Amino acid sequence: MHIIKVENLTKKFKDFTAVDQINFTVEKGEIFGFLGPNGAGKSTTISMLSTLLLPTSGKASINEYNIQTQTNDVRKSIGLVFQDPSLDDKLTAEENLRFHARLYDVPKEKYEARLEEVLKLVDLWDRKNDRINIFSGGMKRRLEIARGLIHYPAVLFLDEPTIGLDPQTRSHLWEYILTLKKEKQMTIFMTTHYMNEAEYCDRIAIIDNGKIVAIDTPANLKRSIGGDIITINTSENEKLQKELAGLKDIVFKHVNGEWVLEVKDGESFLPHLLQQITTPIQNVTLRKPSLDDVFLKLTGRKIREEDASDTDKMRSMMKMRRGH
Amino acid sequence: MQFLKTIYTIWQRELIRYWRDKTRLASTFIQPLMFLAIFGSGLRQTLASGNLGVDFVQFMYPGIIAMSVMGVAFFSTISTVWDREFGFLKEILVAPVSRTSIALGKTTGAATIASSQALILLILGPFIGIKINLAIIPELFIFMILLALAISGLGLFIASLMKTTESFGLIMQLLIFPLFFLSGAFFPLTAVPLWMSIISRINPLSYGVDAFRQILLRGQLPEAVLSQFSLHSITINGLFLSLFAIVMVSAAVMAFNKKS
Repeated sequence: MHIIKVENLTKKFKDFTAVDQINFTVEKGEIFGFLGPNGAGKSTTISMLSTLLLPTSGKASINEYNIQTQTNDVRKSIGLVFQDPSLDDKLTAEENLRFHARLYDVPKEKYEARLEEVLKLVDLWDRKNDRINIFSGGMKRRLEIARGLIHYPAVLFLDEPTIGLDPQTRSHLWEYILTLKKEKQMTIFMTTHYMNEAEYCDRIAIIDNGKIVAIDTPANLKRSIGGDIITINTSENEKLQKELAGLKDIVFKHVNGEWVLEVKDGESFLPHLLQQITTPIQNVTLRKPSLDDVFLKLTGRKIREEDASDTDKMRSMMKMRRGH
Repeated sequence: MQFLKTIYTIWQRELIRYWRDKTRLASTFIQPLMFLAIFGSGLRQTLASGNLGVDFVQFMYPGIIAMSVMGVAFFSTISTVWDREFGFLKEILVAPVSRTSIALGKTTGAATIASSQALILLILGPFIGIKINLAIIPELFIFMILLALAISGLGLFIASLMKTTESFGLIMQLLIFPLFFLSGAFFPLTAVPLWMSIISRINPLSYGVDAFRQILLRGQLPEAVLSQFSLHSITINGLFLSLFAIVMVSAAVMAFNKKS
C-alpha cells in the first residue's frame, strides 16, 4: 500500500507554475525527501498534501484518502511540522500539546500516556510545564515534532525541519527523526535544501522549478554520476577549456568559477590529466560524487548554500521582529 | 460533540492567553475606572442637567458600558491576526475540525472577555452615583453578551482578512470612532439628520446602547421621557444584535475557507 500517492499534481499561481505535473509514491515506514533549492515548489507540495492549498490539477491521496474530497480524513492522517514556528508561546509545552490533542480528538484516557511517550521521545518530558517562550529554537522544533505525533498520524510531514538551527542542534534533531523511524516505523515526508540531510532519506526526489527531475535512493543517484568528481580552478579559463575539450572520456562543466569534471576512475585519471594540460592551475580537488553533483548534473546548477543561508538570516530577522 | 469540544478548546486558549497577559488584565480594570472617573466627575459638573430630562451621567453610563464592550471585543479579536503572524493559525487551520467551530471559539472567547469587563463596569456604577436595580442585572448581562458577540464577530471578520497587526489596528482606528459617535451614547439618535439615522441603523453599537439604556433607566424615568430617546423595542435590539453576530461569524468562516 502506498501511504502517499501523487499523480500529475500541479499548482499554478496566475502565470507562475509552482508545482508542475509531479508524480511519486511513498511507502510505509520510509523517509522520503524532497530536495531542491528555495522556491522549487517543496512547500507548495506540502501545502497541497496537507489540504491547506487546492491543487490546480492532478490528484493525490494520503493513507488512501483523497486530498481534495476527504480533507478531514487526510488531516487526521498527517502530522505537520511547518517551516516556520507554529507554537503558542504564551502556553506551556503541555498546554500546546493538549490543545492539539483536543482538536485531533485524542481520547482523554489515552492522552496522558501519549503525552509522556512523545515528550520522552524528544527529551522534553521534564520541561512539560515550562512556558515555551523560554525554549531554544531546537527545543521548539522538537516540541513541534512531538505535537505532530500525539494523534498517531500515518505520515509525519517535516518542512525544512532544521532550517535556522545551528549544526549541532541540527544533527541532534536528526537523531530524534531516525529514532522515530526505527522505533515507530513512522513514514516521514520531508523537504530540505541541505544536501547532507538528504543523505538520511531512504529515497529522495530532486525537484527544480516545480518539476521532479529524479527519484531514487541517495546511493543510486550518486552512482548515476558514474565515477568521481575533479574540480579545477584557474585564471586562464579559455585555454583550459580548449585543452579539456581535447581529452577523451570526460564530461566537464564550468560552474561558479570552477571547472567540474566527471571521470570514471579519479585516482588514476588525475596524474594523467595533470601531465596532459599545460594551463597554469591554482588548485585541484578529487572527490566522490555528492548529491550536489547529482543536482548539478540534472539541472546544470548548484543548490547554492550561500543563498540559502541568506534566506535563513532574513527569516530569523523577521522572527526577531515578531518577538521570537 | 467534536464541534463543541473544538469551540471550548479555542475559547479556553483565548482566556488563558488573556489571563497571562498582565498588561491586558490590568487595563481591563483600569480602563472602566478611568472612564467613570472622567465622565462621572468631569461631565456631571458641566452638563449637570440638560434638556433631556435626565441626569447626563445616567444618560451616558449605558454608552460607556457599550464602548467598553466594543473596545475590548475588538481588541480581543486581534489574537487571530497575531496567530497568523506567529504561525499558530496554520496549526489551527490544518486540524481536522470545522472552520465554523474555530470562528465560534474565537468569537465566544473575545465576547467572554468583553462582557466580563462590562460586568465590572456595572459593579462600579453605584460608586459614581448610578442607580442600578439589582433585578435588571441578568437581562442587562444578556444584552452585554449579545453586543459582545456582535462586535467580536465583526472584529473576527476583519481579522480574517488582515495579514498584519498594523493593518488590523488601522482599520480598527477607522471604525471605532464613527461607531461610537453614531451609537447614541452621547446624544439621542431620535432627532438627527437622515444620513446619521441611516448609519446608526446598521451600527450594532447603537442597538447595544439603546437596549442598555432602556433596561438601566426603566422605572427610574417616566415612560414618556424614556421613549423620547429610545430607538427600538428591546426585542428588536436583541434580534438585530444576534443576527449581526451570525452574519459576521459566517462571513469570517467564509474568509477562512477562501484562503484554503
